[in-house]
Amino acid sequence: MFSNKPVTPSTLSVKDLPWQILWNKDKCNLCGQCTAVCPVNAIELGVFRKKFIEPPVGLDINGTLACDYKLYYGIRQKTDPAYKCVGCAMCNMVCPNDAIIPCRSDEADKLRFHMDRGGQPRRRGGRRNVSDGILDRIKFIRISMLTDPALDAGRHEFELRTLLGRVLPPDKNLKFVQQQGWIPPVREIYPLIIGGMSFGALSPTMWEGLQLGVAYLNEELNLPVRISTGEGGCPQRLLRSRFLKYVILQIASGYFGWDEIIHAIPDMKEDPCAIEIKYGQGAKPGDGGLLMWYKVNKLIAAIRGVPTGVNLPSPPTHQTKYSIEESVAKMIQSMYMAWGFRVPVYPKISGTSTALAVLNNLTRNQYAAGLAIDGEDGGTGAAYNVSMNHMGHPIASNIRDCYLNLVKVGMQNEIPLFAGGGVGKTGNLTANAAALIMLGASGVQVGKYIMQAAAGCLGSESDRCNICNIGLCPKGITSQDARLYRRLDAENVAQRVVDLFLSFDTELKKIVAPLGRSTSLPIGMADALGINDRNAAERLRINYVV
Amino acid sequence: MCRLFAITSEQPLSPMVVLEALDVMREGHDCSGVGLFLRDLAGPFEDMKDAPILSGIFSDAGLKRLDAFMMDIGFMTKYKITIKVPKTPPAGVPKRDVYLIRAYEYPEEWEEFSQKELYDRLLSLRLKLRKMGEEKEDMIVFSFWPDVIMIKEIGDPTQVANYLQFDRQELHARVIMAQGRQNTNYAINLYACHPFFIQGFSTMTNGENTAFVPIKEYLTSRGFEGYTGYQSDSEVFTHILHFMMTNLGLGVEAYKHVITPLQDEDLQSHPDADLLRNLKRSCRPLIIDGPNCVIGCLPDHSLFMVQDRKKLRPGVVGGKPGMYAFSSEICGLDAAIPYRDKSKDFQPMHLDTAIVGPDRQEVRICSQINPLPPALSA
Ligand code: SF4
Ligand code: SF4
Repeated sequence: MFSNKPVTPSTLSVKDLPWQILWNKDKCNLCGQCTAVCPVNAIELGVFRKKFIEPPVGLDINGTLACDYKLYYGIRQKTDPAYKCVGCAMCNMVCPNDAIIPCRSDEADKLRFHMDRGGQPRRRGGRRNVSDGILDRIKFIRISMLTDPALDAGRHEFELRTLLGRVLPPDKNLKFVQQQGWIPPVREIYPLIIGGMSFGALSPTMWEGLQLGVAYLNEELNLPVRISTGEGGCPQRLLRSRFLKYVILQIASGYFGWDEIIHAIPDMKEDPCAIEIKYGQGAKPGDGGLLMWYKVNKLIAAIRGVPTGVNLPSPPTHQTKYSIEESVAKMIQSMYMAWGFRVPVYPKISGTSTALAVLNNLTRNQYAAGLAIDGEDGGTGAAYNVSMNHMGHPIASNIRDCYLNLVKVGMQNEIPLFAGGGVGKTGNLTANAAALIMLGASGVQVGKYIMQAAAGCLGSESDRCNICNIGLCPKGITSQDARLYRRLDAENVAQRVVDLFLSFDTELKKIVAPLGRSTSLPIGMADALGINDRNAAERLRINYVV
Repeated sequence: MCRLFAITSEQPLSPMVVLEALDVMREGHDCSGVGLFLRDLAGPFEDMKDAPILSGIFSDAGLKRLDAFMMDIGFMTKYKITIKVPKTPPAGVPKRDVYLIRAYEYPEEWEEFSQKELYDRLLSLRLKLRKMGEEKEDMIVFSFWPDVIMIKEIGDPTQVANYLQFDRQELHARVIMAQGRQNTNYAINLYACHPFFIQGFSTMTNGENTAFVPIKEYLTSRGFEGYTGYQSDSEVFTHILHFMMTNLGLGVEAYKHVITPLQDEDLQSHPDADLLRNLKRSCRPLIIDGPNCVIGCLPDHSLFMVQDRKKLRPGVVGGKPGMYAFSSEICGLDAAIPYRDKSKDFQPMHLDTAIVGPDRQEVRICSQINPLPPALSA
C-alpha cells in the first residue's frame, strides 16, 4: 500500500493481525510448498523490489552515486481479513528449510474488530478461547498411607467400568428380577466416552479411524469404549455391522440421518449401545447444530438425507414437540420403543444453571437412562464466536450440584451423570476426568482431546486454526475434501485412539490406586479432592487445602 | 490395625474369655479402647429375653434426665446391673459416673405394636437418647435392644475389663464379640468404637474402607433414620448388612455379593448370574474398598466372618461343636479354645463367608461362586 492511498476502516497491517508470518529470506528456497499448503491462502508469492546504493571506491566529488534496483522473490502475508493467517503453522510444517513460521502477535489484534463483514458475525470451529479452568486446580489429596495400604497400580486388579442406563433401586430391582418385570437396559462401559462428533463435521478418514480404534479396544483389549455419532446419522455399513454395539446413536433437533437409521433397524445385527438425544451442546448452548455448505458433499448428503451444498442448521430445539417436559418424555419413550425397550436412551444438555430442573424431570421419568451435561468448554465444528466464548456453564459445579441433588433424593445410583466440555483441554485428560468422577460423574465425554491426540488437530484456546467450519481443515480431520482428508490415514488414527485409551487407563489407575480404590469407580468420592481456593472448595463441597 | 474376636458357645461364657484372647493379640492394637457386645445373655437376663436393655454411659445429671424421659414414655425399669467402680480409674480411662445396663418393661400401649413397629420405635428411642446426650454431653447410648448388652470404653482392654468387672456372673453370655482398638483418631469418640449395632445386627471390622463417603451418602439417603452416625468408616458395614437383610430380604450369604461383588468373568459363569448382576448394579454404591475383615452377628444369633480380596491377613474361625470362635489372629483362637481340632480351622478367603449358625454345631462356608440358597435365587 502506498502512503498516499486512502485507508478504509478495515485496512489492516500485518501487525494488526493475530498471527504474523516470519519468513527468512536466507533460508527460503522458493519451493512454494507453504503457499500451496496454506488452508486460507494467507500467504502468497511476493515480488519485492529493493534499492541498492553502491558508492564507487575512492573519492570522486564530481561522480554520481551508483544506485540500482534489484528484485527478489519471497513470501508476502495478506492483510485482508478474509485471508487472515490462522496460525495453523502448516507452512512451517511443510517448509524443507524451516524458513517460515507464524508468530502470535505481542498484543491483542485489531482484526477482531473487523470480522463481521457484510454484517455477518464471526463463526468458527474450535472451543472457548480461555485457557485455564478449575479442573486442573483440583488435586487428589486422600492418599492411603499408614492406616490403609495404597495399591499397586501396576499389579492390582481394578474394576473401572461404569454404568450407562437407568438403574432401579435395589428393592425394586430384585422384585422385578423375581417377577420378571421390565428392567431397564444398562450398559457396562468404560468411563471415558468419545463424545458426539458427526460424520460430516468429521472427515471420512477421521470417522473411520475412530471407529476402528474403538472396535480394536473392545475386541482385542477388552476395554468397553463407546463412541457417540453426533448428529449426522451413521453410515449404512456400520448400522448393519456387529460394531454398532459400540456406538451411541445421537439424535438432535435436525434429525439428520434418522430416516436412514430407522429404516436400517430391521437389518441391525446388534442394538446400538444407547441413544443420546441432544438438546444442547456446551460450545454453543441454545444453538442448534450447524454443518456449513462447504462440507455437504454427496456422501454426507446421502447419509443425512439432504441435497448437496446447502447449509445444514439444526433448530435450537426439537421443533416437533409442544413443551419441553413433554418433548423429553415422548422422545425418550419413542426411542425406547424403536428398539423394543432394549436400548438405554438419555438426553444430553449444555451446562446451564437450570440443569437441576432438567434432572428433576428425569428423576420422575422412569425411562431416562442418564444425563449428559456438556460444559462451556465443549468444542464444536461450527458456531458463532460469541456463543463459544461467552455462553454456557462451567461443568464442575454443574455436575456437582446435580450429583448432590441426586444424593439428596437418594437416586445417585439410578441416573448416571456424564460430564463433558473441556476435559483434558490443557492435556490433563486423566486428572480432569478423575476429578469429575469424584465430583459425581459416572463418566466423561471427550471430543477435542481425541482430535488432538488421535489426529493432530492444531486448534487451541489461543485461537489457533479453528477453521473446522469451512471444510479446509489442514489436517484432514474436519474436511470433506478428498485432497485434504487423504492426509489423514484411518489406521494411524485408530492406533492413536488405542494409545490414548491405554495411557488413560494406566493413569487412571495411578490416580485411584493411591486413594486405595480398586473395586469400583470412585464416583462421588469427594473426600479425596482438594483445591487451594476457599470459595471453589465451598462451592464444590470439597476440601480446601493450601 | 484393630483386633477382633467373637465367640459363640452353648455354655454361657464370661467376657473375660474374649478379653484374654484380645490380650494375646495385643501386638496388633495399641490398647486404646475396647468394645464389647453380648447377646443370648445368661444370668439374670435369661428370663427376660424380650425386655429391651439399654446400655450406655451416663453422668449423674444424664441419668436423671434419662429417668425422667423414660418414665414419661412409660418405660419401667425391670432389672439393672450396677457397676460399682473403684474411686480412681486406671491410667487412660476417663472417670465416669454411671455405666448403665438396664432392662425395661415396655409401656402398656407398646404391647400391641407389630414387631416391625416395635423395632422401629426402639431404634428411634435410642437415637433420641443419643441426640439428647450429645446436646448436653451427659449420656452415651450404645444399644437399646432385647437380649443385647454393649459396653465400650477408652483404655487398655484388660485394665478396663478388670475395672468394670467384666467377669461378673451377670455379664455371662453365649455370644460375645469384642474389639481391641487401634486408634487412628486423636480424640476417641466412643461412637466410633466397634462393634456397631442396629436393630439386632452388629458388626465389627478391621481395616479401612476408602469408599466410605459415597457409601455413607447412599445409606443416609435411604430415608431410614437409623442410617446415621458414621463416626467411623466401619459403621457402614453394619448398616449395609441391615439394609440388605431387612430392606432387600436377602440372607447373609448375599452380603459379600453386595459389598464385594464378583468380577465380571466369575459373574458370567455363576448360576444366579442374572440376579447377581442386577444386585451388583443396583447396590453399586455399597461396594466397599478395603482391605477389610468383618465379623458380625445376626438377630438369629449366627456369627459370620467375611473379608475382601485386599485383606492379606485373613481372620480365622475354629472350635468344636458347641463352641466356635472367630479371631483376627490364630493366637487369639488358641487362647480361647485351645482344645480343638486345629486341622479344621478355617481362614475364609476373598470369596468365602464363614457362618456359625445359632445351633453352634459347625462352621458353614459358602463361597461366592456357589449358587445362592433357593430362597434367594427363586
Ligand atoms: S500458519 Fe497456516 S494460515 Fe498462516 S500462513 Fe502458515 S499455513 Fe497459512
Ligand atoms: S486442525 Fe482441523 S480440526 Fe483442528 S482446529 Fe484446525 S481445522 Fe479444526
